[in-house]
Amino acid sequence: MDILWQQILNGLVLGSVYALVALGYTMVYGILQLINFAHGEVLMVGAMVAMVTVKWVIATFPGLPGPVVLGIGLLAAIPVCVAINVFIERVAYRPLRNAPKLAPLITAIGISIMMQTMAMIIFGRNYNQFPALLPTAPIEIGGALITQTQILILVFAALSMGALTLLVERTRLGRAMRATAENPRVASLMGVNANHVIVMTFALGAALAAIAGVMLAANYAVTHFYMGFMPGLKAFTAAVLGGIGNLYGAMLGGLLLGLVESLGAGYIGDLTGGFLGSHYQDIFAFVVLIIVLTLRPSGLMGERVADRA
Amino acid sequence: MHHGFKFNFLPAQGNAMRAYLGMVLIAVALAVLPLVLGQYGNSWVRIIDLALLYVLLALGLNIVVGFAGLLDLGYIAFYAVGAYMYALLSSPHLATNFVWIAETFPNGMHNSIWLVVPLGAGVAALFGVILGAPTLKLRGDYLAIVTLGFGEIVRIFMNNLNAPVNITNGPQGITRIDPISLFGTSLAGTRGSRGMVDIFGWKIPSVAAYYYLFLVLVLLAIFLCIRLQHSRIGRAWMAIREDEIAAKAMGINTRNVKLMAFAMGASFGGVSGAMFSAFQGFVSPESFTLMESIVVLAMVVLGGMGHVPGVVLGALLLAGLPELLRHFVVPAQEMLFGAGNVIVDAEIGRTLLFGLAMVLVMLFRPKGLWPSPQHGVKKTPAPVPDTPQPTKVA
Repeated sequence: MDILWQQILNGLVLGSVYALVALGYTMVYGILQLINFAHGEVLMVGAMVAMVTVKWVIATFPGLPGPVVLGIGLLAAIPVCVAINVFIERVAYRPLRNAPKLAPLITAIGISIMMQTMAMIIFGRNYNQFPALLPTAPIEIGGALITQTQILILVFAALSMGALTLLVERTRLGRAMRATAENPRVASLMGVNANHVIVMTFALGAALAAIAGVMLAANYAVTHFYMGFMPGLKAFTAAVLGGIGNLYGAMLGGLLLGLVESLGAGYIGDLTGGFLGSHYQDIFAFVVLIIVLTLRPSGLMGERVADRA
Repeated sequence: MHHGFKFNFLPAQGNAMRAYLGMVLIAVALAVLPLVLGQYGNSWVRIIDLALLYVLLALGLNIVVGFAGLLDLGYIAFYAVGAYMYALLSSPHLATNFVWIAETFPNGMHNSIWLVVPLGAGVAALFGVILGAPTLKLRGDYLAIVTLGFGEIVRIFMNNLNAPVNITNGPQGITRIDPISLFGTSLAGTRGSRGMVDIFGWKIPSVAAYYYLFLVLVLLAIFLCIRLQHSRIGRAWMAIREDEIAAKAMGINTRNVKLMAFAMGASFGGVSGAMFSAFQGFVSPESFTLMESIVVLAMVVLGGMGHVPGVVLGALLLAGLPELLRHFVVPAQEMLFGAGNVIVDAEIGRTLLFGLAMVLVMLFRPKGLWPSPQHGVKKTPAPVPDTPQPTKVA
């Protein structure tokens, strides 16, 4: 029973990171019907910027408490990620808005390759250590262990998702975003500046990815130029699982995927009599995805979209 | 005599004589290419060999993505299936791990390529149908992520199926795979021939022998693709690509036609994989990552989706470009910053330029380098309002 609870807890932590990243995919998709393949790399940049900042702060102001340093790192990472994502939109996606659908996909992949390579040039091929800023001793909750960083991940994810929901549902910008996603042409007739909405969407997605990146780096205490790839892929899977373009779908998909992976990795050995081990963890995400999409072709919460945008 | 087959990539109203002369010249150039390149070292011929395998892959993916419009991000899985099929049936691996196989084949598993290669193509096609069947209802990006997942699943299984029963030998991969042997002549050369292959008393290096084999396969694939494109099924694929509902209304069995596209594309991948396996003598899951799928897709899109000559061009460029860049990155930096000042090494630099090339080509030629002429005027998706002026790229 304790193992079950532990796996659920791990799954929720993992899932909230996926959900944060998935929101970035789904918001962009909702408005542009574009897969921002470079989104995972934005996460990586966030982690790298935070690492550099944190190391610098520790060296310059040795007395500062850990949580403050982490906060500074986060505050440094967010604007850099926002700037990069907005730049990517401007350079790689905007010129291709009316091009064949696959063209922006290829530029996104190209940008992704370039960002990874640049990170590799700057930070090297190896893992870089991310300083431990919070106490690493785990806390026991009902028989399961959780670190303070993991608690922070849950809190940050909940807060940012709540804030995003408020922003989308209650503010002028949110209404403009929803209108643009619904029908870009009519929205622009109503005076919505589509380009502005698109830029803001990319910025919001980048901020969430930055948070996810810093949290991942703090949790695993390492950064790596390739660290954005797998979370990016999983988050994209989560977004599709939930029904791409739907915010709540992305949140649900992310959490569900985290839980499935965590529980799957914990129990696959027992389920298959030891035939398949926990290194099959990555398979679950995709198997669940295929099953869900077979039953519900537009994802868990996706609406039946009209044929071909 | 009426010819059913026309080389439709030649200008229709052009002088037939000139066209045939051009073809003869191309044929001669293709025939002597490995012998000329071989003068500069066999590694160049090797690069061309691998580029030809990529052409084969890109042509296969073009059937799925270019003709039928089904975005497949896991295409490399079929390449992997073909490669492993060949590797398992033509290497000592299975016999050393399973007693009953060792007993059945006392001389080890060395099957004729006339059995293994078609089997590889067939099994890959079967995998194509297995992937296609549950995804028939999905479209666009949903299909992309499912195919991506499928590719990853295949790779993860290959990486882990070494325990408890050792089938794929896991991350170490399978070694000592038999080379291709045609009519009793091994394309790797006989023992002691130092990699020279004797073809009717004419000795050529092993890589050149493979070149001719792959060239024949590529030409066959081009022929098949062009024939397919204008056949009933090819037209059905394109109808589905343009508008699936309309295609259905016209009486096209979209299910069968889509499955056919998956199977057909996959079988190209399977053959290419089998060739890769024999050529390298070694396969491991590392060769079949998502990045490979993406590179093949980039070949198709960069070259010009759905246009066979464009796809061939895209594949040759993207397969050859990194190799050329490798020789360009270091001298360019030394020229810029002075001798000895190399900031990024050749491997990293070429990856960077590779990414940059993908972005630039798409920005300046969104339909690919050599797009299909008759489909040049395609309906663009519903435009986002306030259509921006094409921005300048800094």
